[in-house]
Amino acid sequence: MNIDWNFIMTSLPLYEKAAYITLKLAFAGIVLSLVIGLVCSVILYFKVKVIDTVVQAYIELSRNTPLLVQIFFLYFGLPKLGLKMSESTCAIIGLAFLGGSYMAEAFRSGIEAVSKTQIESGTSIGLSKIQVVRYVIIPQAFSVSMPSLSANCIFLLKETSILGAISIIDVTNLTKDLIGMYYRTFESLALLVVVYLIMILPFSFILSWLERKVRYAEFGN
Amino acid sequence: MQNSEINVIFQIKNLQRLFEGLFVTVEIAFISIIIGSILGIIIGLSRTTKSKVVLFINRVYLEAFRIIPTLVWLFIFYFGVTTALNINLSGEVVSIIVFSLWGASEMGDIVRGALESLPKHQIESGKALGLNYIKLYWYVLIPQAIRRMIPGTINLATRMIKTTSLVVLIGVIDVVKIGQQIIESSRFEFPTASFWIYGLIFFLYFIICYPLSKISKNLEKKWND
Repeated sequence: MNIDWNFIMTSLPLYEKAAYITLKLAFAGIVLSLVIGLVCSVILYFKVKVIDTVVQAYIELSRNTPLLVQIFFLYFGLPKLGLKMSESTCAIIGLAFLGGSYMAEAFRSGIEAVSKTQIESGTSIGLSKIQVVRYVIIPQAFSVSMPSLSANCIFLLKETSILGAISIIDVTNLTKDLIGMYYRTFESLALLVVVYLIMILPFSFILSWLERKVRYAEFGN
Repeated sequence: MQNSEINVIFQIKNLQRLFEGLFVTVEIAFISIIIGSILGIIIGLSRTTKSKVVLFINRVYLEAFRIIPTLVWLFIFYFGVTTALNINLSGEVVSIIVFSLWGASEMGDIVRGALESLPKHQIESGKALGLNYIKLYWYVLIPQAIRRMIPGTINLATRMIKTTSLVVLIGVIDVVKIGQQIIESSRFEFPTASFWIYGLIFFLYFIICYPLSKISKNLEKKWND
C-alpha cells in the first residue's frame, strides 16, 4: 500500500478546522449538560413537587433514546412547528439534552453516597438546608461522582461524531466527504483515528488527573 | 390543521413500513448482542490470566473501542476494510461485525469485573476441594459471576439498541431511513410529517429501551441489598 503523503499534508488544515468545530460543540454541550445535570439532581434531592416528576420523565426519555433520533427531531421535526434553529444550535441542544440526564445520574449517585452523619452533623452545627447542600453535600458528592462525570464527558465528545448527520463538518463527516471526493480511503481514515486520539487521550489524562485531585471525600471515612 | 396531520403516522402502510425498519434495527442489535456476549465471555475469562501479553492485547482492544467512536468503526469497516481487502460487504454485515466487536470488548470488561468481584475464598475453597481450573470456573465461579453480570449486560444491550440507529449513516435501510422516505413521499400531503414521524421513531426507541433499563436498574437494586 503506498501512502499519499501529499494528500495527507493538504488535508491536514481541513482536519484542524473540523477538530476545532468538534471540540467547540463538545465543550458547549458538556458545560450545558453539567449545568442541567446539577440542577436536575438538586431538584430530585429536594423532591420538589411536580417538577421532580418532570425531571424524572426527562431523564428516562433522554437516556432511552439515541442521540441521532434526538437531533433529527430537533433539526427536521421542530421547524415544522415554527421553531427553527441553526445546525450548531441543534447540535449543542441535542448534546445537552442527552448529556444532562447522564450527568444528573452521576451527580445523584454521588449525593446518595454522602453519609447521613455528614448531613446531620452539618445541621447540628447550625447550617441551614441550603448551606448543608452548598458546603457539605456538593463538595463530597462531586468528589464521588467525578469518575462517572469524566466518563460522561468523554462519551459526549465521542457522540459528536454523529453530528455530521445534520451537515455539521466535524472530523467524521469531513472524512466521509474526503473519501467520497478523492478515494483516499486509507489516508483519510488513518488521519481521522489520529485526530480522535489527539483529542481524547489528553482530555482523558486531564480528567483522570482531576479525579485524583478531588478524591478528598474518601479520607476520614 | 395540525391535528389532522398527525394522521400521517396512523396510515397502515406507513406504520407497517416503519415497523419493518424497526425490525431491521432490532435484528442487527440482537445478532450482535448474541455474538458479542459469546466472544465477550471468552475475552473476560482470558483477562483473568496473569500472562502480560494477553492482558496487554486485551487492554489495547478495549481502549480502541472506548476511544474511537462507534460511527468511526463503522466507517473503518465499511470504507477501509472493504477497500484494503478488495471485498464487498453490505451495510448490514458491517454493522453486525462492528457491533459484535464493540459488544465483545464491553462484555469482556463486564465479565472480568464480575469475576474479580467474587470473594477470594471462593477460589481458595474450590482449590482446597481439589477442583481443577476448568471445574473451578464451571461449578464455582461462573454461576456466581453470571448473576453479577446480568444488570450490566442488559444495560449494554440497551446501549447497543440505541447505537444501532447509526447504521442509517452507512446506508442500511433501518427505521430512520424509512421514516425519511415516508417524509419525502408525503411532503405535499402532510407538510409537517417530519415532526410526527421523528416523534414516533423517538417514541419507538423509548418503548424498546425503557423496559430494559428499568429491569436492569431493579435487578441491580435487588441484588445489591
